[in-house]
Amino acid sequence: MNAATKMASGLALAAILATPALAGPDDDNLIVNGEIEMITETAAPAHMEYVDTIYSGWRFRSDETQVVQTDDFDNPGMIWVEAAGEVWETADGSEGKSCASCHGAVDEAMKGVRAVYPKWNDERGEVTTIEMEVNNCRENRMGADKWKYAGGDMTNMVALISSVSRGMPVNVAIDGPAQATWEAGKELYYTRTGQLELSCANCHEDSYGMMIRADHLSQGQINGFPTYRLKNTKLNSVHARFKGCVRDTRAHTFAPGSAEFVALELYVASRGNGLSVEGPSVRN
Amino acid sequence: MKRILTTVAALAISGQFATAAEIAPSDVVYEDGAIAASLTGGTPGDVENGRKLMNKGAGNCIACHEVTDLKDLPFHGEIGPMLDGVADRWSEAELRGIIANAKIMFEDTMMPSFYKTEGFIRLGDAYTGKAHEGEVAPLLTAQEVEDVVAYLMTLKDE
Ligand code: HEC
Ligand code: HEC
Repeated sequence: MNAATKMASGLALAAILATPALAGPDDDNLIVNGEIEMITETAAPAHMEYVDTIYSGWRFRSDETQVVQTDDFDNPGMIWVEAAGEVWETADGSEGKSCASCHGAVDEAMKGVRAVYPKWNDERGEVTTIEMEVNNCRENRMGADKWKYAGGDMTNMVALISSVSRGMPVNVAIDGPAQATWEAGKELYYTRTGQLELSCANCHEDSYGMMIRADHLSQGQINGFPTYRLKNTKLNSVHARFKGCVRDTRAHTFAPGSAEFVALELYVASRGNGLSVEGPSVRN
Repeated sequence: MKRILTTVAALAISGQFATAAEIAPSDVVYEDGAIAASLTGGTPGDVENGRKLMNKGAGNCIACHEVTDLKDLPFHGEIGPMLDGVADRWSEAELRGIIANAKIMFEDTMMPSFYKTEGFIRLGDAYTGKAHEGEVAPLLTAQEVEDVVAYLMTLKDE
């Protein structure tokens, strides 16, 4: 890091530490490495009926947690991104190919990908996630074993792919052939599940900014995924987070990679259209 | 001998009587969201245990509500109204109804129904994420609801 960028992130840090943490999102700005300016607040996309402004989950975290995401040297999630960078170059499976054999450099090939997924896949006739695409390459192009949907290998690779789109606005398509899946996801978002009869909307639409016991509720956006969580010190995938939240309603959850969670991911991603891709972000 | 026998018989009868009088979740009668009769059929609520349930286990009321009397416990939520003086605002019957099934008093409220066993979507086995099997127990037992009611009745401003 040169002196100029160091100063810039030093200033960003000062701004962060000066703002008191209180109910609602705070007023901090997120600049990563002194150069990637993140949009953490913007007008809600037109399809959202009950929310005017959308915020990144980063805006609801404490200053101590926030600052860890401002520099790649401090962000522990970047260690797994680097590890995935090696996997990207390493041949695996019966075809003797690596990701790089077909795609070349990750920062060129995958730039912009995170921002538009989940996305309709014409060939497969369904909406796919990055995880599904990765496993499709592994099985059908490399002759390698599938990775576990929300396992470490997979989540690290998704973090690598996400990292090269950081700062780009999320922009998933919800119309055309993706619309039916999007509608299904929306239905799930508003369904009150489990013995506590809580929906995603109860916590993340009606109550964001409030405390639920010791947790400061955010809008449950997924622009920051995979997230490095200080709580379990690893990268966490979108579907693992969904599973945790549904389980907390005392419900029978859906499985990571299930059609239901793919639909929910498309819908939740669309609620973040306009926020910057942040993954790997840092959360508590 | 005869005497012992009669005592045993009397005990058996009173035991049976207690279970018969407890009102099962699906038999509860709500009037404007309130429940007039004690769910235990008589055993009064235990204030101290009610206080504990506000914090722990399936009660966990302070996940959403702030209560000044419970300030020795950390992290009170702010989703529901603060409960100080709640006994001045609501009668015992109303509080019983709100805890048993708040959705009758407050349509669509986020507050869970603590004495209800039917009508859930994708009911899980507690917090395991697995499907629930077998008979459904309410979040709080009849006695526990009465305990929480008894505790709330102590929250008076005047
Ligand atoms: C009982 C409350 C509750 C419900 C219901 C709930 N969540 Fe959450 N969720 C939380 C809490 C608490 C957190 C951690 C604090 C935060 O980021 O909001 C969280 C975090 C998240 C995050 C991480 C956000 C970030 O920036 O890291 C996502 C994504 C999320 N939830 C999505 C969902 C979805 C989708 C549903 C429904 C399937 C759901 N949640 C249901 C309480 C809930
Ligand atoms: C997930 C959140 C949540 C939990 C858990 C919860 N409540 Fe509530 N509670 C609410 C909300 C929200 C309201 C406001 C009613 C409405 O929706 O208009 C409320 C209202 C009330 C009221 C009426 C208060 C007033 O001043 O009018 C009482 C009494 C109450 N709750 C008691 C309890 C008790 C006792 C427990 C635990 C056994 C509990 N609540 C658990 C969310 C919750």
